[in-house]
Amino acid sequence: MKPSVLLMTGQWIFFLAAAPFVSGLIAWMKNRLRMRRGQSVFQPYHNLAKLFSKREVFSETTSWIFCFAPAAVMASALSVSLLVPVFMAPELPGLGDFLALIFIFALGRFFLALAALDSGSAFGGMGSSREMFISSLAEPALCLVVFSVAVSFSSTSLAAFSGLHPVGVSSVVASAALFLVMLAETSRVPVDNQETHLELTMVHEAMVLEYSGRSLAVLEMSSHIKQMVWFFLIAQLIFPIGAPFADGFLMWSAWFVARVLVIAAAVAILEVSVAKMRLFRVGDLLGFAFVLGVIALVCALKGV
Amino acid sequence: MGFLHPLFLLDPLSLFFLFVIAVISLPVCVYSLGYLQGTPSRKTLLFWALLAAFIASMAFVVTVSNAFFFLVAWEIMSLVSFFLVVFDSEHEKSVKAGIIYAVMTHIGTAFLVAAFLIFYRYAGSFDFQDFRQAGLLMPSSDRNAVFLLLLAGFGTKAGIVPLHVWLPYAHPQAPSPISSLMSGVMIKTAVYGLIRFVIFILGAQVSWWGGLVVVLAGISCLVGVLYALMEHDIKRLLAFCSVENIGIILMGVGLSMFFFSLQMPFLAVFALLAGLYHLVNHAIFKGLLFMAAGSVYKATGTRDMEKLGGLIKKMPQTAAYFLVGAMAISALPPLCGFVSEWLTLQAFVMGSIQLRGGAGLFLGICAAAFALAGSLAAACFVKAFGVTFLALPRSRHAECAGEVPLSMRMGMGFLAFLTVAFGLASGFIVKVLSGVSSQALRVDISGMRFSLNAVTLAPSLARGVSLSVPFLAGTLSVLGLGAWALLRLKAKRPVRYRTWDCGYYKLDSRNEYTAKAFSKPFRVAFSFFLRPYRRTQKIRESFYHVTSFAYETQTTPVFNKYFYQPLLGLVLRSAKFMRRMQPGSIHLYLGYIFVTVLVLILFLKAF
Repeated sequence: MKPSVLLMTGQWIFFLAAAPFVSGLIAWMKNRLRMRRGQSVFQPYHNLAKLFSKREVFSETTSWIFCFAPAAVMASALSVSLLVPVFMAPELPGLGDFLALIFIFALGRFFLALAALDSGSAFGGMGSSREMFISSLAEPALCLVVFSVAVSFSSTSLAAFSGLHPVGVSSVVASAALFLVMLAETSRVPVDNQETHLELTMVHEAMVLEYSGRSLAVLEMSSHIKQMVWFFLIAQLIFPIGAPFADGFLMWSAWFVARVLVIAAAVAILEVSVAKMRLFRVGDLLGFAFVLGVIALVCALKGV
Repeated sequence: MGFLHPLFLLDPLSLFFLFVIAVISLPVCVYSLGYLQGTPSRKTLLFWALLAAFIASMAFVVTVSNAFFFLVAWEIMSLVSFFLVVFDSEHEKSVKAGIIYAVMTHIGTAFLVAAFLIFYRYAGSFDFQDFRQAGLLMPSSDRNAVFLLLLAGFGTKAGIVPLHVWLPYAHPQAPSPISSLMSGVMIKTAVYGLIRFVIFILGAQVSWWGGLVVVLAGISCLVGVLYALMEHDIKRLLAFCSVENIGIILMGVGLSMFFFSLQMPFLAVFALLAGLYHLVNHAIFKGLLFMAAGSVYKATGTRDMEKLGGLIKKMPQTAAYFLVGAMAISALPPLCGFVSEWLTLQAFVMGSIQLRGGAGLFLGICAAAFALAGSLAAACFVKAFGVTFLALPRSRHAECAGEVPLSMRMGMGFLAFLTVAFGLASGFIVKVLSGVSSQALRVDISGMRFSLNAVTLAPSLARGVSLSVPFLAGTLSVLGLGAWALLRLKAKRPVRYRTWDCGYYKLDSRNEYTAKAFSKPFRVAFSFFLRPYRRTQKIRESFYHVTSFAYETQTTPVFNKYFYQPLLGLVLRSAKFMRRMQPGSIHLYLGYIFVTVLVLILFLKAF
């Protein structure tokens, strides 16, 4: 029991430590694709360190919700990240399954959306409203992806999902649907744009506009973690690897990183090649994801 | 009077519903003490008498074992609740709401009477046991007819779309403790009726019955939550949300019927269990939310969210209770709403895994609708809590608000405690409810492969899935505390400064996002159903000088406009036509009697 606890902690720390790197890498790749030199891949770490030492500014209109929200967002992101296998499947029965994961993410989103309304600025309300809108539209597609996975593996448990499994048509289509859902959930182009602060376009950035200092650092870290979890889920659908084992953990970590990097590269290429959509066109994109989800479920029910 | 015997039935199903009634009635009574402060004493007395009659009639509805007395209790419940809806009869709105309610509920009762009479034809008595025998004897066409009549009758009371129209009028207009009881408990008696008569007595053996209930429930979920999102009257919002939650409960019930008819008894027990779990949860958190909304109304004198805001600072306890209720209804872990929605989704998933084929796809799409409704509900309650309680007050009413009396806070506190407890104790509750649900379906669950120990929920029809709510709650709170330490430990004292205003001027409450603005994206995306329209009017001195600008945006109530209004018009027109037959002339009336007698004689001769 003891070594497995140690390994689980190890993989968790590895996961958390690598999360900002992935964001940095995407930013770096985007810049290289645009023929710019770009920032260092370690820039997110510098940002976190800088924000962590800054004094915070709280708006006078806010209440304890605003103070508390970053902790809730962080708690939801961290507890989901506990379920991700890097080099071994986490033995945490009772923490939940694929379905519970959706609900746990919703917890963080709920508090962040409330915090955005708490400052009384129109930006916050705008971000909050749009975030809830986009995530609502993403939910049916996500639900169908979970269904198709559950039908393929006869279970919604993440442990069953984490093992080696044959990649069929269903998995490929489901991963495409999940990719679109991920774009919405991690505020990427074409749904949202993390790089701008224009009132017409921002969603996530509008919600965190009033945050500064450590709270902002915690929120950014939570976003990095959430993104890693999404990347892992997509990667596991199309590039499944066998039940990871403890003795070759370096190799498994390398595998894990390699798979995540492929998804990151896909995101970077997509972000530089398409423009951001109008908010009301996001429904079309997620409707498409829903259709893909239906196809994935049909394929899964047919066993292909 | 042999047909009246025996009178009471206290099986686990009835006891469960009695428990739900008791557990909500108690805090409602405590809450009412504070709520009635300032009401004239004659009216207070009337209120308590009606409240007692209301609770007693609901208790009778769920315990009698005779359809005749069931109808009597049902009718008393409807009438007493009608009087409670029009309790504030000085408001014109209350009277209108009361009339709509009275008409709809009696249409529902008419369906029930018809269903019971068909039963009586085969049973020869009104006793439930005889009904059960009769259910076996009936030809399938009569069984289908009885099912549809029961569904329409109970559906009216439960508020299934499109029979929900009375609900958003009646529930908000009643005094808040009564809204709690009506939304929390009274509409649940209709679910009791469905389970008692369709599952327990008729035995759901036809798979389209379950399928129909699931589809109607899914429609109710989506329609209810979409209207709730558009609403800015806080109690109407909650009432529409009841339509949604009744949908979720009926999804469990319908799935159970569906699985039962397809010879999957264990899954049927599981789905019914999920539905019953959501039923008690909804009773708790909707009771809580209506009480909190009532406290806001009491403190500010308005239910319009656009005039509220910033109440978290004026009434911190009410705000905390509302937040707990909002989190539970948005199915956030680790509160009770999360557990029951998770169980319902698991029932869908397990059904899909086992059934495969077209049925599997049907379940998947229904679950997607369910997921959409769930996340729209979360958006709805971000709006409800955020606009009502956060940021700056939008009117003087909200500015001058203060915390409500202790008894009101105690009522809410008790239900908020239950909201948490029913999440944490989910293992135990599932164990108890599996007994109730297996008894209702008459399935022996000793061989059932659910591990139902006190802590973990493991519906192990699906391999390796388990959820332990205490563990999840513990993990979340430890990680939350860790994050809190990271945020605050050795941190410099935060500076208080005004909200960023782009450097123009000091922001005030007019710059805040409103409830209408919050729901705008949803209004646009679902415009095919909501049919929003806007009216703008320029108020001008001359052609060149516009002094002010009036803007109004509304959504079209589709069911009212395209179904109920034409229907009402038809009824009124036919009434007008009938009036011609009664001009008040005695000669004509004598003529009618003569013709009637003649027709009767001819009729008797012919047959």
